[in-house]
Amino acid sequence: MNHLEFEKPLIELYEKIEQLKSLSKTSEINLDQEIEKIEKRALMVKKDIYSHLTPPQIVQIARHQNRPDSLSLLHLMSDSFVPLHGDRLFRDDPSIVGGLASIGGHKVVVIGHQKGHDTKENIYRNFGMPHPEGYRKALRLMKMAEKFKRPIVTLIDTPGAYPGIEAEERGQAEAIARNLKEMAAFTVPIITFVIGEGGSGGALAIGVANKVHMLEYSVYSVISPEGCASILFRDATKSDLASASLKITSEDVVRLGIADGVIAEPLGGGHHDWNAVSKCIKNQIVSDLKLYSKMDPSDIMEERYQKFRNMGQYSS
Amino acid sequence: MSILDWLSKKQKVSPQAEKLNIPGDLWVKCKSCSEVMFIKDLEKSFKVCIHCEYHFRITPDERLSYLFDKKSFKEIDGGIKPIDFLEFTDTEPYKKRIELAQKKSNRSEAMIIGEATLNNHPINVGIMDFSFMGGSMGSVVGEKVTRIIENAIINKAPLFIFTSSGGARMQEGITSLMQMAKTSAALSRLSDAGVPYVSILCDPTTGGTSASFAMLGDIHIAEPGALISFAGPRVIEQTIRQKVPKGFQRAEFLLEHGMVDMVVKRKDLKQRLLDIVTLLGVQEG
Repeated sequence: MNHLEFEKPLIELYEKIEQLKSLSKTSEINLDQEIEKIEKRALMVKKDIYSHLTPPQIVQIARHQNRPDSLSLLHLMSDSFVPLHGDRLFRDDPSIVGGLASIGGHKVVVIGHQKGHDTKENIYRNFGMPHPEGYRKALRLMKMAEKFKRPIVTLIDTPGAYPGIEAEERGQAEAIARNLKEMAAFTVPIITFVIGEGGSGGALAIGVANKVHMLEYSVYSVISPEGCASILFRDATKSDLASASLKITSEDVVRLGIADGVIAEPLGGGHHDWNAVSKCIKNQIVSDLKLYSKMDPSDIMEERYQKFRNMGQYSS
Repeated sequence: MSILDWLSKKQKVSPQAEKLNIPGDLWVKCKSCSEVMFIKDLEKSFKVCIHCEYHFRITPDERLSYLFDKKSFKEIDGGIKPIDFLEFTDTEPYKKRIELAQKKSNRSEAMIIGEATLNNHPINVGIMDFSFMGGSMGSVVGEKVTRIIENAIINKAPLFIFTSSGGARMQEGITSLMQMAKTSAALSRLSDAGVPYVSILCDPTTGGTSASFAMLGDIHIAEPGALISFAGPRVIEQTIRQKVPKGFQRAEFLLEHGMVDMVVKRKDLKQRLLDIVTLLGVQEG
């Protein structure tokens, strides 16, 4: 597994443990006590590191190559899952996935950004950066959900919309805008989870939801820290400072009233235990949908509308 | 071009450029073709270059005076002001940037909204001001766009929004991003109310502004040469090292790709808007 730089003290302890273990095997000296001691220390160090994470470190976890991806989570938490493809206009965009699913007995339509875990996968998934056809596929599925009265669950994990010539030519601004407008008017509940990176308009395009939950080590931002550093700070190396200034961690985004809650991750980050992450998300979906199943469709729409209507801080 | 050609060209240009500095603000040089013209001529031509038809960026007041009936504009909610709730500092504190922009523009924010008449037709108007922090959309701009939409839902008069904006305002972080959702949601209610919305895309309209209310008009009109995009040419070139072709993301390119209905010269805009209002805006029955 890829280790993060700030975990270095921890990795050193792990290496020591491994060394002692192999030594005790080959030399037949009992080192169990020693090993246990270091293991205890490693746990303490881990707890310590993870209780003092800085925003740039959280960004690293959110982007971790082994971070649980949408498709894996959907498979883990669904009783059944039927993937669906294509926007019916241009092509199927592999950076957005979706389909029909049953989660904890609830029949829902699911949509998510899809990243890969290695270079080959990432190239196929375009690093989770959708083209316009991705948003249009998402909209097609959401309209189907509205038609058949199925709640919508979306998983956000994207660096942002793809900044490329073709994406611009095919109108990605319009595609994002259209989703924002249409999502506001659906009468089925929409539940969104930011599972990794919530990058700008590309994230929001599937994020106009009744409930927005963020995994503990996910981020949600108007622009990438790198983009902000090069534009505002005029220095691309200042992305750490930008990530702190932009207030993009789950805790900050909840404090700002933009996300509704934080979903705790296993110690050391969700990449250590996909199953645990999927269970937490599933539980949240089930408890949210229980609530909305008793609510009038027009009230569900109104609740979502007012939620976004009231976002903004100014003096009048 | 050889160096000699370049030198002789430079010599030809420089006397004009020098003259330019002497009479102060009587002359102006076109940013596009570099030709020099009398400022009165430029003003008479709606701030469009008399040589190459380059459309200069203009202030909200100039737009109002070119299009609407004299003194008909009544501003709404001019008093809402931005606050620095993230205590954001980049190369300068956000607070200072706001103060500076307010002083320079004599306005509280990058947008004005209000009611005006166009040949006696009542119109709801929103105009963005690019000179105020790049026309960026933070809480105040998002709120103003939403309020003018709500105003139109009530009074049923057509809505015109003139966009000129670099996108979401980074200094207000994630809250700026949410203004995209807020304004777009309001437009869904305007659609339900059957009120026409004409989006007039001016130079430049990019980022979060184009990916929300700017691209959701019933009719899209672009000013000639306006840059209209989500990710601008510089962002594309820097992030994916793709060189963009000439004319890419300009108004005419968007017309060709089906993203706008028409590209209209500033001098023809009033008549075009009038035609649209009479054909679409007056409720039948």
